[in-house]
Amino acid sequence: MTTEVASAPTGGAADANGDPAGPTGNPPGSRRGWPLWEVFVRARRGVSHQHAGSLHAPDAAMALRNARDVYTRRGEGVSIWVVPSVSITASSPDEKDPFFDPALDKAYRHPTFYDVPEGVSHL
Amino acid sequence: MDGMVDRLESGTIESTPNDDLLQERFDQLIADDQRIEPRDWMPDGYRKTLIRQIAQHAHSEIIGMQPEGNWITRAPSLRRKAILLAKVQDEAGHGLYLYSAAETLGVDREDLLDLLHAGQQKYSSIFNYPTLSWADVGAIGWLVDGAAIMNQVPLCRCSYGPYGRAMVRVCKEESFHQRQGFEILHTLSHGTPAQHAMAQDAINRFWWPSLMMFGPPDGDSPHSAQSMAWGIKRFSNDELRQRFVDICVPQAEVLGLRLPDPELRWNDERQHHDFGAIDWSELTRVIKGDGPCNAQRLERRVSAHEEGRWVREAALAYAAKHDRPNHAAGRQQNPRREKVSGAAGTAA
Repeated sequence: MTTEVASAPTGGAADANGDPAGPTGNPPGSRRGWPLWEVFVRARRGVSHQHAGSLHAPDAAMALRNARDVYTRRGEGVSIWVVPSVSITASSPDEKDPFFDPALDKAYRHPTFYDVPEGVSHL
Repeated sequence: MDGMVDRLESGTIESTPNDDLLQERFDQLIADDQRIEPRDWMPDGYRKTLIRQIAQHAHSEIIGMQPEGNWITRAPSLRRKAILLAKVQDEAGHGLYLYSAAETLGVDREDLLDLLHAGQQKYSSIFNYPTLSWADVGAIGWLVDGAAIMNQVPLCRCSYGPYGRAMVRVCKEESFHQRQGFEILHTLSHGTPAQHAMAQDAINRFWWPSLMMFGPPDGDSPHSAQSMAWGIKRFSNDELRQRFVDICVPQAEVLGLRLPDPELRWNDERQHHDFGAIDWSELTRVIKGDGPCNAQRLERRVSAHEEGRWVREAALAYAAKHDRPNHAAGRQQNPRREKVSGAAGTAA
């Protein structure tokens, strides 16, 4: 895919399809230059990796190095993941309501749903 | 900086017959002071305004590396040199966060750079002034970065999520920049008479252009009202400028340097400093390309991009030759598993 990316200078800006990945395997808009990577940083032991941002890099090794330089210049992390942006599938805001709806009508999933008699503790 | 998970979501949603509904939902989010995220429907004007503003901001960060980079080899001590290198590196990082934020709106960084190089998108006109002495590096840190911080702190609450998040990161890093500038000026101001004069000269040249960084007066800023309504802008140009002047006056006293404005004085009634009229024709001139360094800055930027082309292409060729399709790199080794060797499988 990389060679395809290098050629193909197109002037257009927005990708109107809502396609997560263009034909080159790159995300919308990124039709030239280096592919895009998402960067996840573990700030310290005991916490999970969190999305820190993104960057362009030719391959995984360079993406890791660049991520170190860009996102951890002040000791912000002890571990980094880089993921090709095209590998991420996102839920659509359009289907937000039906997609997340089932979560809203099950109040019994929350402890506050239940009546606890007066005087009961440690429950 | 925020990214590309965001950007992935940036596919524009086609206008549909229920545009009114979408507009209503957008307006409601703004009214509730919620954030707009990349994949949300947004009015064209909102998207265009943000692309223009974020791109200009990103361009300013990378062009801003030049006036200071000019002094890296001539910094007066190893300590100053190391600090300046770190600062210029930060500016590159800030540019990257901002280009990333712009890309979430569906534009390509390469296209934005082309527009900058073709002179079709602007950068902050402050960087068209030369850095003639070492004290100028101090003046840039204190005044230029100080004005930038004043502009950027409210942007952390910008209604567009990725821009706000990028600004949080930028602001955190920017405060060291301002302090190092202040320290340079303080040291020079309390040094030999020649050093003091050098610091004063730098302030004389950078004071007025710094005040112009807040943009034209509110009356001449036609887009301000819309940007405020959209929650992109939180304070008017004149408000921020006034706040900046009020903050600088006591700091200048500590520095032992004079702000070059004979009309600058405290107004007890307004509880603010009054200051002299700004020569807006100068700003117009510099924006139009007639500043001291416009041509040089752009030429340097374009040639750096051209001279780096072979590196970018070689890196791509290397990646292709080693046939590591980028997603395979991700799949080969589960990054969680690498932890096993270390801390007994602390997979998050």
